[in-house]
Amino acid sequence: MSEVNGAGEMGGTSDVSGVSSVNGEWPLYEVFIRGKRGLNHVHVGSLRAADNRMALTHARDLYTRRNEGVSIWVVRSNDIAASTPDEKDSFFDPSGDKVYRHPTFYTIPEDVPHI
Amino acid sequence: MTTTHAAPEAEESGESAEQTRFDRTIARDQRIEPRDWMPEGYRKTLIRQIAQHAHSEIIGMQPEGEWITRAPSLRRKAILFAKVQDEAGHGLYLYSAAETLGADRADLTLRLIEGRQKYSSIFNYPTPSFADVGVIGWFVDGAAICNQVPLCRSSYGPYARAMVRVCKEESFHQRQGYELLLTMMRGTEAQRAMVQDAVDRWWWPSLMMFGPPDAESPNTAQSTAWKIKRHSNDELRQRFVDMTVPQAEKLGVTLPDPELVWNEARGHHDFGTPDWSELKRVIAGDGPCNAERVARRRTAHEEGAWVREAASAYAAKQADRARRTEVSA
Repeated sequence: MSEVNGAGEMGGTSDVSGVSSVNGEWPLYEVFIRGKRGLNHVHVGSLRAADNRMALTHARDLYTRRNEGVSIWVVRSNDIAASTPDEKDSFFDPSGDKVYRHPTFYTIPEDVPHI
Repeated sequence: MTTTHAAPEAEESGESAEQTRFDRTIARDQRIEPRDWMPEGYRKTLIRQIAQHAHSEIIGMQPEGEWITRAPSLRRKAILFAKVQDEAGHGLYLYSAAETLGADRADLTLRLIEGRQKYSSIFNYPTPSFADVGVIGWFVDGAAICNQVPLCRSSYGPYARAMVRVCKEESFHQRQGYELLLTMMRGTEAQRAMVQDAVDRWWWPSLMMFGPPDAESPNTAQSTAWKIKRHSNDELRQRFVDMTVPQAEKLGVTLPDPELVWNEARGHHDFGTPDWSELKRVIAGDGPCNAERVARRRTAHEEGAWVREAASAYAAKQADRARRTEVSA
């Protein structure tokens, strides 16, 4: 399961760690691409590959056929730890009640320039 | 699949809360993401639709791929190569999306080559002339664009995102086809006849690509409620006809439908009824090329097995070596 499945936490169908599974099926990789200099790598999808090097060349052929990237990261889907939607309420609570982290929390007189 | 099962007594109340959250997400026009709870029917419908879509892209490489070695110029060969490679890419984006729903890519391939899952009926028609390459780009990719542009807003996030990627590339497909036909129409009488012949053969099957008429499309209502589907088959078919008629005029070909006429009152073209019995026949497996297409996909899969196994063995060996070096260091 891709798109950051977090199989580790959710008990998904994880195969033998680090290596292609016994039945010859290649493990799933998530692909991240830096579109151009100055931008972050962004998740674009997943693919199957036997190892890291093949994952990179497959990612190049699959996701950058039209100069969509200058740099690629690939990572085994099983190696990604992800928050779950179930945790949503409590997991993201710490930021919920801290309005003072936002600039709009502070009232500044209209006539103060550049702030 | 990563559905976590609650204890039986908690399941009912738990699921209805989940259902409410799901319904609210759909109602707000927000996207469902892979790890969200979703009704089993939603998951199944999506897996079926995305898998069929992926299979269509993969099988769709064949009719045009046959012309790669026989393309009339290096330019056309390079274009066709790039296009067929895109189709493979589209298939892989879609398999990737299907895997987010818990489907397994290898299993989907098996379902395709064992005939347990379908692909678009259009790819069961033959490509006897090079004009077919142009008409496929114009009609088939044009119809695909009509179908796929609304799917960019489909409620399931990974599917919608795959569609955005596909649609960007599909525009090249349609344009290269139309340009090819324009070139042939500027050629000899025989070339113009080839184009008209291809148009005659592909027009009706292209209209059938949108699926059966709405009255006979049982899944449409539910898919629309779930916002997987944004427009009905007939709406999309109408859009395709309206889009294509002026292009045909400009090209100088006749669309093979005597009932095709502009309806001022509706603001749309009226057109004839496709032969739905033919669509049923082709879907059921009795099209001109069904057996050939699946057999070819099966051969490619089986003859590629040793490559997949060798790559796995190599990866295992490298990983093993790396481990041993680590231990001895």
